[in-house]
Amino acid sequence: MTKVTLTVNGQTVEKDIADNRLLVELLREDAGLTGTHVGCDTSQCGACVVHVNGKAVKSCTMFALEADGADVVTIEGLAKEGELHPVQEAFRDHHGLQCGFCTPGMIMSSVDIIRRNPNLDEKTVREELEGNICRCTGYQGIVKAVLAAADEMKKEAV
Amino acid sequence: MYPFSFKRAATVAEAADLFKGSDDPQYLAGGQTLIPTLKQRLAAPSDLIEVSRIESLKGISEDGGQIVIGAGVSHAEVAASELVRARIPGLAGLAGEIGDPHVRHRGTLGGSIANNDPAADYPAAVLALGAEVRTAARSIAADDYFLGMFETALEEGELITSVAFKVPEASAYAKFPNPASRYAMVGVFVAKFADGVRVAVTGAGPGVFRVPEMEAALSADFSESALHGISVSAEGLNSDLHGSADYRAHLVGVMARRAVAVAR
Repeated sequence: MTKVTLTVNGQTVEKDIADNRLLVELLREDAGLTGTHVGCDTSQCGACVVHVNGKAVKSCTMFALEADGADVVTIEGLAKEGELHPVQEAFRDHHGLQCGFCTPGMIMSSVDIIRRNPNLDEKTVREELEGNICRCTGYQGIVKAVLAAADEMKKEAV
Repeated sequence: MYPFSFKRAATVAEAADLFKGSDDPQYLAGGQTLIPTLKQRLAAPSDLIEVSRIESLKGISEDGGQIVIGAGVSHAEVAASELVRARIPGLAGLAGEIGDPHVRHRGTLGGSIANNDPAADYPAAVLALGAEVRTAARSIAADDYFLGMFETALEEGELITSVAFKVPEASAYAKFPNPASRYAMVGVFVAKFADGVRVAVTGAGPGVFRVPEMEAALSADFSESALHGISVSAEGLNSDLHGSADYRAHLVGVMARRAVAVAR
């Protein structure tokens, strides 16, 4: 057992964990944040995407001890004071989800995509969503939602 | 996953000491190959030595006409680097096509070439650009570094610190990705230098290899048409459910022509 200390959604989390504990296991089972999902557990599907020090990563493919000292944001950390994040709002408005299983990862990836690409177009969104799999929507609504959220966030920034 | 003991190295020297002091250790860089391997119980190291916090493995610089990239630099950082994009656009382009954005945020140059997966992208660039693979003790020429499937010239416990790339006049990487995994079914890196052209192929065979016939033709005339009539033998190439050896041999020609067409 080794002690890990990290910040999750602004709160300090400190736990004694097995050295082979995955970040996603720490988040779901130790911190009780079950919004982050495990879909494939083989680095393919992206349901487990969270932000570690501002970068979108697959939390099923990172050890919790690798995140020692890091600042982690999960889907639970996006809404502020009861207000959905613009990306969450856009997924609702544009039918970006159906069953909802992939949605936490989709949204965390989308926030990262918008942050890294000041001038998003549809082709870029589709390429950038390479690591997130959705089996319901056919992606149309998701792509629309990401583009709409990017526009909305630009307006807010002005 | 089997249990292991997690150790953290702050310096290259400390990493080497931890390695020496462990039964059956393995270095952990970005973990994008190693962690899935551990989950499948295909490896059971006694100790994982985290090297991703070592400061001296980070950073990209230009030094004596070479672009030197730290072994711990992520694919996303190489893809976004203004320096790499300006000096070796083919290398920045290759890094930006590895896996997906999340893998590119964690995976590192050193990790990729230390593993030397026969379908990994980076080995093609390292070999075609005639790079030097640097460790704490020595510098290994790319031509001597890749020994075959998952095999390299690295000694037990020898950690890559950086890779120094010669700056070519033009370069490009063209890959035919497996539609599911995004690994290269075939990837061809073409690099044009003042004294000749180098062509390296990944994904097609048991390890990365050069194609001397294409290199000679392109050195005389750097154009797609120079490659017409040159074919690669299917003998010894990979054959699996994704594609036969003949199919891969054909793709080598197609990818080489595509790379030459967009090289800059």
